[in-house]
Amino acid sequence: MSSLAVREAGPAAGADSGTARAPRPRRRIALVPTLTLVLGAVYTLLPVAWVVIASTKSGHELFSTFTFLPGTGFTQNLKDLGAYRDGIYWRWMGNSALYAGLGALLSTGVSALSGFALATYRFRGRESVFNVLLAGVLMPPVILAVPQYLLLAKANVTDSYLSVLLPQILSPYGVYLARIYAAAAVPGDVVEAARMDGAGEWRIFTRIALPMMIPGMVTVFLFQFVAVWNNFLLPYIMLSNDERFPLTLGLYTLLAQGSNQPALYTLVITGAFLAVIPLIALFLVVQRFWSLDLLSGAVKS
Amino acid sequence: MTSATQRRAYGAERAPYARRSPAPARARTAAAPYAFLVPAAVLFALFFALPIGYAIWLSFRKVHVSGLGLGAGARNEVWAGLENYTDALKDPELLDGALRVLGYGCIVVPLMLGLALLFALMLDTERVRLTSFSRLAIFLPYAVPGVVAALLWGFLYLPDVSPFYYVLDALHLPQPDLLDGGALYGALANIAVWGGTGFNMIVIYTSLRAIPAEVYEAAKLDGATPFQIAVRIKIPMVAPSLVLTFFFSIIATLQVFSEPTTLKPLTNSVNTSWSPLMKVYQDAFGKGDIYAAAAEAVLIALATLVLSFGFLRAANRRNKQEATR
Repeated sequence: MSSLAVREAGPAAGADSGTARAPRPRRRIALVPTLTLVLGAVYTLLPVAWVVIASTKSGHELFSTFTFLPGTGFTQNLKDLGAYRDGIYWRWMGNSALYAGLGALLSTGVSALSGFALATYRFRGRESVFNVLLAGVLMPPVILAVPQYLLLAKANVTDSYLSVLLPQILSPYGVYLARIYAAAAVPGDVVEAARMDGAGEWRIFTRIALPMMIPGMVTVFLFQFVAVWNNFLLPYIMLSNDERFPLTLGLYTLLAQGSNQPALYTLVITGAFLAVIPLIALFLVVQRFWSLDLLSGAVKS
Repeated sequence: MTSATQRRAYGAERAPYARRSPAPARARTAAAPYAFLVPAAVLFALFFALPIGYAIWLSFRKVHVSGLGLGAGARNEVWAGLENYTDALKDPELLDGALRVLGYGCIVVPLMLGLALLFALMLDTERVRLTSFSRLAIFLPYAVPGVVAALLWGFLYLPDVSPFYYVLDALHLPQPDLLDGGALYGALANIAVWGGTGFNMIVIYTSLRAIPAEVYEAAKLDGATPFQIAVRIKIPMVAPSLVLTFFFSIIATLQVFSEPTTLKPLTNSVNTSWSPLMKVYQDAFGKGDIYAAAAEAVLIALATLVLSFGFLRAANRRNKQEATR
């Protein structure tokens, strides 16, 4: 539908591009920027379009027919994927949802608490606490993940759900965003007025500040959800039992086995296609009432 | 101060309604931020500070094997001084990996941020169409895990299934091996550029939109073209967010791990120590030498911090020079 609009508008705007600098009526479109952006969109959508089509192909069609020609094997591929190791793929999907959903929820809670405290109170050590937390953003994950594994091994919690969940609860970027949103969304005099009415600090946070911070907290949740869903290094290091694998790790092991058995290629491709759907659906749904700009800390004035 | 005394008077008046807390309101208020920060502090101590400290400690240790290394007490952990570090710095595998990643970063960072800036400027142009579609489409790879991105592109690089090779074949053109030699850098860089451009575009676009419209008015009256406005006004005004995206891109690029690891099954050109992070993983879990791995991890962290902060300082110094000019 969108590409149709370009085709219609294209020739009309192209015909008098020589007069591009002259003041133009409102309706004209800026051709070069629009085309540049559409080209960018084609580049990003290309692999996605490929995996959508490739997942419809049977193993035989994958290697024999033109790549952008849909095949006939989608339902069979789905069945094969569901049957692979008694449906472990769906378990991986469930695990990813658990790690990302629960992890992001806890992370958002911790970020909201810390962000609120850092934004509304003046206390000794406030800036140092904030800076130390922010330094966490700069720590390369590897200097954390390997010793995290060794320490958790001492506590006997490696290869468990906790070993992947716990290290990802504190998100320095989440705290940073929460502080910005709390500072912008929670007016100091509202907090002060509530205090005068005798509300306790905890009550002020849960009943007054938190509802005001909701749009920002949705952003923190989404950011952390994506970060955990996409994480590979941490589960790769922590887990050995594939019943606890998230999707990223499961697909990786499937591909590693598939390199010897091209028959597994169709499974990997179908699995990759299904793995892409949930997050894209999530973003398409939330963008109706939420703006992408919030991710970079933009605050509406 | 008056508000504090007022508050106390008001609180006293309302004493019958005050709940639970026996502490005076001010002490309670003073303690509250610390209480709110307890979860973050505990998590930071357990999963950031402690592991970093432990990694540094391990990097100065080694296993001393006495006798044949059999029986209890034959393998002891002893102080190693800087031995692990000198070994790591002399290790050709680590150095080769570092050079590979530097080369890879020199492709990824400028290309990704150049594209992100270009798209952000295009989005910010007047009368541009289809912006919400393009913006979402370009941002979409952010929601695709690096492993899946590498997997998708990995298949697109494979001659048997790739549409590119299909076209090349139909036109009787030479078919380069994208997963070998110099092309491998391009192949890996493409995955990172594909995945990272959208997020950076959003960051830059957000700061572009924060520029008040009046700034452009004078330039427009003087007859400046959109191109001139972009280069002379917009880019300098979003310089801080460019510096920030550059800074974080350097850190992320030097940590590259999942993309080459995912491509490894598809090609022999990616070995187990292609990137320094893969080397750390290999030493820690493949060879079981956690001491060497710890020293390497500390070195990588130091190199990352030196490079990223070095860039930040250079950028700030330039800004200051320009400001004083």
